[in-house]
Amino acid sequence: MSNKMERIYLDYAATTPVDERVFQSMLPYFCEVFGNPSSAHSFGQAAEAALEDARYSIAHSLNCRADEIIFTSCGTESDNLALRGAAHARRRKTGANHLLISPVEHHAVSHTVRQLAELEGFRWETLPVDGTGMVDPAAVEAAIRPETALVSVIYANNEIGTINPIQEIAAVCRRKGVLFHTDAVQAAAHLPMNVERDGVDLLAIGAHKFYGPKGIGVLYVRHGLDIFPTQTGGRQENGLRAGTHNIPYIVGLAEALRLAQAEQEQRSQRQMKLRDLIFERVLAEIPLSRISGHPTRRLTNHASFAFERVDGNRLLMMLDMAGFACSSGSACKVGTPQVSEVLTAIGLPPGWGLGSLRVSLGKDTTRAEVEAFLRVLPEIVQRVRQSEGRNG
Amino acid sequence: MGEPKRVVVAMSGGVDSSVAAALLVEQGYQVTGMMLRLWSEPGREESNRCCTPDAMMQARRVAAILNIPFYAVDGRTAFRKAVVQAFLEGYAGGETPNPCITCNQVIRWGVLLEEALAAGAEYMATGHYARLQPQPGGTTRLLSGLDPAKDQAYVLSMLTQHQLQHTLLPVGGYHKSEIRQMARRFGLPVAERPDSQDLCFLAGGDYREFLGRYLPESRVPGPIVDGQGRQLGEHQGLADYTIGQRKGLRIAAAHPLYVLEKRMESNTLVVGPAEALGKSELIAGQVNWIEGRPAEEEFEAEIKIRYKATPVRGMVQPLDGGRVRIRFAQPVRDITAGQIVVMSQDEVVLGGGWISRQE
Repeated sequence: MSNKMERIYLDYAATTPVDERVFQSMLPYFCEVFGNPSSAHSFGQAAEAALEDARYSIAHSLNCRADEIIFTSCGTESDNLALRGAAHARRRKTGANHLLISPVEHHAVSHTVRQLAELEGFRWETLPVDGTGMVDPAAVEAAIRPETALVSVIYANNEIGTINPIQEIAAVCRRKGVLFHTDAVQAAAHLPMNVERDGVDLLAIGAHKFYGPKGIGVLYVRHGLDIFPTQTGGRQENGLRAGTHNIPYIVGLAEALRLAQAEQEQRSQRQMKLRDLIFERVLAEIPLSRISGHPTRRLTNHASFAFERVDGNRLLMMLDMAGFACSSGSACKVGTPQVSEVLTAIGLPPGWGLGSLRVSLGKDTTRAEVEAFLRVLPEIVQRVRQSEGRNG
Repeated sequence: MGEPKRVVVAMSGGVDSSVAAALLVEQGYQVTGMMLRLWSEPGREESNRCCTPDAMMQARRVAAILNIPFYAVDGRTAFRKAVVQAFLEGYAGGETPNPCITCNQVIRWGVLLEEALAAGAEYMATGHYARLQPQPGGTTRLLSGLDPAKDQAYVLSMLTQHQLQHTLLPVGGYHKSEIRQMARRFGLPVAERPDSQDLCFLAGGDYREFLGRYLPESRVPGPIVDGQGRQLGEHQGLADYTIGQRKGLRIAAAHPLYVLEKRMESNTLVVGPAEALGKSELIAGQVNWIEGRPAEEEFEAEIKIRYKATPVRGMVQPLDGGRVRIRFAQPVRDITAGQIVVMSQDEVVLGGGWISRQE
C-alpha cells in the first residue's frame, strides 16, 4: 500500500521481467542494425542474418527445422494462426470441418474456435477432462470423427498448471490422420521442449512467459503442413505471416528461449522445491483449501488453490495491499468476478469456484520471499472469510 | 514518526474524489483507491452511472497519476439485495424512495467501508462536501460543507458514529472552485460526472419502465380525484407520480393541479391546488441522531426535506420509537414519504430520519 513498501511478485505465469542477458542481446537491433530483412542491400542483409540466426537458435531449442518456425506478435496470435490457418486449409483440402478442443484451453484457443464456428460454419466439441484438468488420450481417440480437422489441447494450463499427455494425444491424432495443435505458451517456460519427441503438428509459444519481451511469439508448423495465413500482405515467413519483422524482439525471443531451455533443469529444481513448500504449508495451515489442478504433473513454478467461501478478487486485493502480487482465475479488474471456464471444467464444488488463487514463481524467487508470503496468506484468507458474511 | 495511517478513498473518477485522494497522499497517508461495482439490470451492466467503464478508467488514471493502488470492489449482490429491494418496497408502499441514502448507509459505508477496514485501513475517504469534527468526548460531529452551493451533508446524515468515525472528507473544507484549482495543481483530470438526478442502477433507463418489470402492481391505472373525492381522470400507476408533481396528470382544469397524496389501498391519486400542497408538520422515523439522542424537549432547528430544498425553521419534538414530529411555522410544500428529513443547527447536522407516510 505504501509507495515505498517492498513488493514481491508471484505472478510469473502472467508475465516475467526481461532477463538482463536477453535485453542486452536485443539492444544492437534498435539503433545500429536497423535494416529491414526484406531489403536487398547490406543493411537488410545484416538484419536478415540476425533474423535467420534467431530462427536457427529457436529451431534448435524446439528440436525442429528452421523453416518450421513462423514469427508472430505473441502466443495468442500463434494460436489464432494455427487454428484459423489449419482449419481453413483442412476444410478446403478434405472437407473436414470439425474441431476438438479441451475445456481448459486459453481463450486464445477457445474464443478463436467459437468464432470459427459462429462466423465460418465450423463445428466444435470439447473433450472431457478429469478433476485435475487433464485430457485422457483415449477420450481424444473416442471423440475424433471422420470429419475432424484438428485437435487442440493446451500443453500445460495457465490457471491450474496441469500438464497434459501431449505426446500420447499427438500419437492418437497422427494415427487418426487429424492435425494436432498445442498451446505451449506456459509449458515452453518450464518444460524441455521437443516437437519431434512430442509429434505435434503445430505449437504456439510467446516470449514474455520466459523472460523475453512482450509482443513476440512463434508458431511451429510441421514441414509440409499447409496452413492459410491470417495476416496477408508481404511474403515474410513464407507468406504465412505478412509484416515487417520485429528483429530486436525476435532476437530477444531466441535468446530467452535458449536460456529457458538451457537452464530448464536448474530453474525447475529450484522452483519445484518452493512450489511444494507452498502446497504443504497452505494445505496444512489454511482450512477448507485444496490444490486445483494436478498435484505433481504440473508446471514446476505453479501452485494453484481453491479456498471455500473466499472471493478471489478480494483475496488478491488484500494480498496486493500486503505487498504480494498473485492471480486468481476469477479475478477481474472491474469488480465483476466470475467462476472461470477452467475451474468450471474441473468441477469445483459450489462455493469454491470464486476462491481460486494462483501463485507462480520466478527463476529468481527466493525462499525468503516465499516464506514471507506464507506468513501472511493464512491470516489474509481468514480476514477475507470473516468479512465475507458482512458483504455478501 | 510511526507507520503512516492507511486510508481507502472511494473514487468515482470525478474531480472531487480525485482531489480527495491527492490531498490525502499529500498529507502523508498511505492511500488506496477503490471503486464499487454496483448492480444494473442484466444487459445494462456496463451502464450503471456510478461505475461505467469510462468512470472506472478515469479513476484508474487518477490512481496511476497519484501512484496509488486501485481496486474495483464487487458490491453488486449487496446493492441488489439492499438498495434496489428498498427502492421497490418504497414504491410498493406509496413512497418516493431515495436509494442514494440507502446506498450510502449500507453499500458505500457498508460494503466498501468494511472492505477498507478489513484491508487494514483506518479510514475511508470520499469526495463529499461536508466536514467531520471529532469531539473531545470521542464522538464525531457532522458539519455542512464550507461551500454552501455544494453542501452534501444531507446525504451523509443517516450515517452512524461507527461510520463517521472511520470517515475522512478531505474536500469538505474547501469551495468547489478551490478543488478545481487543486486538481490542476495536482495534474489531475478535472472531468465532472454530469450531475444527473437519474438513479445509477437505471442505467439511463426510465424508472417507470424499470418498475413495470420489477413491480408490475405499481403500474396499475386508477382514478385521479380531488380533495372532495370527485374523479378527474385516470392515472397510469401510482409509482409514476410523486408528491408535488404537476406535469403529466393530463387533466384539463382552470388552475394547475398538483399531486397531494397517493392512496395505496384504493390505488387512488389525490390532486389539488398549490395551496393544498403545504403541510405544517411531518413525522419521521428511524431517526439517526449523529451525536446521540437529544433531550425530550422540543427544540428549534433548520429543516431540509429534500437534498436540494432550502432549509426552513421548524420545531423538533422527539417521539418514542425513534421518531420525531417536526412542526413548521409556515406550511412546507412537497413533503414526501421515502425521502429523508435532516435537522441542523447552524452548521452542525443533528440528525436525519425517514419521512413517514401520513394519512
